[in-house]
Amino acid sequence: MASIAVSRPATTAPRAVTRATGESRAVRWTLIVVALSFLAFTLLLPLALVFQQAFAKGLSAYLDAVKEPDTLSAASLTLLIASIAVPVNLVFGVAAAWSITKFDFPGKNLLITLIDLPFAVSPVISGMIFVLLFGAQGWLGPWLLDHDIKIIFAVPGIVLATTFVTAPFVARELIPLMQEQGTEEEEAAIVLGAGGWQTFFRVTLPNIKWGLLYGLILCNARAMGEFGAVSVVSGHIRGETNTLPLHVEILYNEYAFAASFAVASVLTLLALVTLALKTLVEWQQRRSASQGAADNEAGSSERIAA
Amino acid sequence: MMRSKSRGVLPGFGLSLGITCTYLSLIVLLPLATIFVRTADLPWSAFWSTVTDPRVVASYRVTFGASFVAALINTVFGLLVAWVLVRYRFPGRRLVDAIVDLPFALPTAVAGIALTTLYAGNGWVGQYLEPMGIKISYTWLGITVALIFIGLPFVVRTVQPVLDDLEVEAEEAAASLGARRWQTFTRVVFPTVAPALLTGFALAFARAIGEYGSVVFISGNMPMKTEIVPLLIITKLEQYDYAGATAVALVMLIASFLLLLTINLLQWAARRRAAA
Repeated sequence: MASIAVSRPATTAPRAVTRATGESRAVRWTLIVVALSFLAFTLLLPLALVFQQAFAKGLSAYLDAVKEPDTLSAASLTLLIASIAVPVNLVFGVAAAWSITKFDFPGKNLLITLIDLPFAVSPVISGMIFVLLFGAQGWLGPWLLDHDIKIIFAVPGIVLATTFVTAPFVARELIPLMQEQGTEEEEAAIVLGAGGWQTFFRVTLPNIKWGLLYGLILCNARAMGEFGAVSVVSGHIRGETNTLPLHVEILYNEYAFAASFAVASVLTLLALVTLALKTLVEWQQRRSASQGAADNEAGSSERIAA
Repeated sequence: MMRSKSRGVLPGFGLSLGITCTYLSLIVLLPLATIFVRTADLPWSAFWSTVTDPRVVASYRVTFGASFVAALINTVFGLLVAWVLVRYRFPGRRLVDAIVDLPFALPTAVAGIALTTLYAGNGWVGQYLEPMGIKISYTWLGITVALIFIGLPFVVRTVQPVLDDLEVEAEEAAASLGARRWQTFTRVVFPTVAPALLTGFALAFARAIGEYGSVVFISGNMPMKTEIVPLLIITKLEQYDYAGATAVALVMLIASFLLLLTINLLQWAARRRAAA
């Protein structure tokens, strides 16, 4: 078997796997078919079902469900929450990554672990902690009641729970990226007389833009789609504290299946757009990385030539 | 020397660390601390009787059992999917690679109602299984199906980079020394991938024990039978049994932290091996 690979003319492009270390054609195709069937069954079937159920009662029923006032108010609340949680976590993520990757200080690893905590906690517990803090029987509950401030079963509670759940996304994406890039370029800018913000916007930001965008896309998807944490703090008041995922649940539990799946299909489209954008950003990242490597190579050969 | 120098040149250390620590304390640590403080209010005997109540213990069994089985299935198929994506070229490979992340992007409630409808007695899949006496929606199996959906990307995305970095030379050496393909896989490839596989398993398991949205629709929520721990916590909260909810949440939180610790240790060990 090995001799076949060896006797192959050297001019043909090397295959990813040579015969000596590859599987026979039959094994290869069996594995591919089994893997793809598994994925089709677990991922594509539910995806297809959402759209089939959404249009089960026809296009006009679908449009009615999507244009219904409660759905529209749920959609605008979802947008409002994402428009608060995402920018807040953007600032936090950039600040955290800047402090962790550009400076040395004791307790750095602990800080990185703490940033990851919200991912380790069940969404239900993420919502519950805000009920314990601000609920009627919570720590600050009586004080809030005296001052007529509502946080739980109101919009502020949903914003807080969503912010908690999505806190790690941007930081997590930026920390390894900026760690790899080091501090040399920024130091050069500062030494040449640039200000701090100037350095950040002109030197750091162009280097991290794709990673930043990647983190933002994932953060936004989770902020708009969060269910468990939001369900605990929302109180499910229609037209007031109902987000799109919660609206899907309410309609489903009322046996309004077609309407429920119609709203779900909107969220599914959001997920598909997220995946498409994410893939695009990954390609861009890889392209700029390989371009950077090529530039470096060209640079070094120029230096050698000189 | 390097340290004091780099801190001297770049600005913004105080500002960025200040924002980070204040934000983490207010949004993450203070709220999480309430669980520990609330539980401390509870006498030990009351805490113990709450977390060992038969209904609560039954929910641990459902949650941990289904999560374990789902993570195990994901480990097998996750390795297969990662292998196929890294090693073979076939039309649509990039599309398949992108779609693997669907469970990360799809809101859990959508996954929940879709899977429930799919596996119900009159659903696309359920209608073929029901006559055979297999019920999936509203049973323990349904919970497992939902957790397989949720956990799959964790295993694939953990194993994929390791397979990508795997040096073909080691496999070639094994082959030239006379190893059969299967032997090469079990003796050379598998040991290299094993730490990543274990990490993927732990990540999928950790996500599964906390999962709520995708499970709550399909589980049927029968106390003692198909009631998961997160739902039990919500039920207790809705009955204003804050002490009970907090006690159960603390048990789950400790389980999650132990898992997080295990995952970090696994990754640390893998990095050390890679560096060696």
